[in-house]
Amino acid sequence: MSKSDRERIVITGVGLTAPNGNNLAEFRSGLLHGVSGISKYETRYFGETLAGLCHFDALQYQKKKDLRIGTRAGSIAIYCVREALTDAGISVDALDKPRTGVFVGITEHGNVETENEIYELSKYNYQTKFWSHHHNPRTVANNPAGEVTINLGISGPHFTLGAACAAGNLGCVTGAQQLLLGEVDLALAGGVSESTGTFGIFAAFNSQNALARHPEPSKASRPFDLKRNGIVVSEGGAIFVMERLDRALARKARIYGELAGWCYNSDATDMVLPNPVRQAECMREAIRRAGLRPEQIHLVNTHATGTPAGDIKECDALREVFGENCRDTYFNNTKSFIGHCMGAAATLELAGNLPAFSDRIVHPTINVDELDPACALPNLVLNTPRQVSKMDAMLNNSFGMLGINCVTVVTRLS
Amino acid sequence: MTRAEISQAIIDIVNEIVPDEDWSALQPEENLRGKLESMDFLDVVMELRKQYGVEVPEADYGALSTLQSCVDYLEPRLARK
Repeated sequence: MSKSDRERIVITGVGLTAPNGNNLAEFRSGLLHGVSGISKYETRYFGETLAGLCHFDALQYQKKKDLRIGTRAGSIAIYCVREALTDAGISVDALDKPRTGVFVGITEHGNVETENEIYELSKYNYQTKFWSHHHNPRTVANNPAGEVTINLGISGPHFTLGAACAAGNLGCVTGAQQLLLGEVDLALAGGVSESTGTFGIFAAFNSQNALARHPEPSKASRPFDLKRNGIVVSEGGAIFVMERLDRALARKARIYGELAGWCYNSDATDMVLPNPVRQAECMREAIRRAGLRPEQIHLVNTHATGTPAGDIKECDALREVFGENCRDTYFNNTKSFIGHCMGAAATLELAGNLPAFSDRIVHPTINVDELDPACALPNLVLNTPRQVSKMDAMLNNSFGMLGINCVTVVTRLS
Repeated sequence: MTRAEISQAIIDIVNEIVPDEDWSALQPEENLRGKLESMDFLDVVMELRKQYGVEVPEADYGALSTLQSCVDYLEPRLARK
């Protein structure tokens, strides 16, 4: 049975900041022209490493005091939401604030602020009377979404979705669900990450032998390359304006695509190692819910992070779902440009591919000097963009620690 | 510290805490605390603790209402600093 327009959810605005661009046009251009956002980075205790940092102007939408008392994740979220609303042609004044919700995926929150506070406390011999009263509002898990509501005066619901590196997709799915439930009429949904602000994530990946190293920073993030050696940690954010189709059509909104299907499940097997069986189940179910078959998916944005084991397991899952009949299905990877933006990764990666509905160009996976035979998917777009003949549906993979999987399927609105 | 130095110290702290406002014309009898949000005021208390080693108990917060009253309250406590 076909859905009514009120039961269909579309994306009508995109706001983002990535290590290689501060809006969709810049970001897309970077993805089509091989622009990496990775650079050398010095972090407390850990020393020199590599990271993807964003360079948006936080003072464009916030006061200096806001930056002093708030968090980097909050600033990223505010920037992305403001940019998304502008992109959607919705002024803040015209926003129906009680009927607007903010749903932000996060991999983690509070590590940066806690680490900073302990560092400050160390200057006072760890006397807790010097511990900041700002610590609690900075570290509550709803912080990034809550800062958005304060900044814009949005009085509808807000919360964050803690879903490791699947969080960006789960933020979008939650936005869609809130719209379908009738809780909101406009969802500002996606994901953010400030993880580069804590030495802990670098040190932990390093201890796990999963932190990327390369003498040339722009070459460090290299999923599917035989010599890949781990993850490049990055910050970033992407927020979509999401609406029910009837409302979007009524206001003549530009529609990037329809969030036609999704699925989330759990590996239930390991703290860090992915389970390709559960990943494949998640993909298949998302495709089924979109009313499609695998061969009708024309682009798959892989989650692959550049770890030796993880990339292979995802490829195993992809081979199972997308068999020999999927001649028009192409595969790419965005982390090869910008590293792993954690909670923002899935939303950013989907955002960067949305323009393919218009130009039918699949951006490549860069930095593959020697393709790992175990990752040699058919139609894996390597190093240069590929013009394709069909682009009606794309699938966006996101998988995270503790075995959380979230897959979305977005279709071109016919 | 002299009274003028204490007054400047307070202005400097408030400038740091609310950098978007112009505090240069703050008058001695103006309601300084009324211009600050509650968390900003706690920042003033914290900075006095951090920068000058002065503890202001909650019962004395009223003494930090104006620039003038701040100086009156802090002068004896900063006399040897």
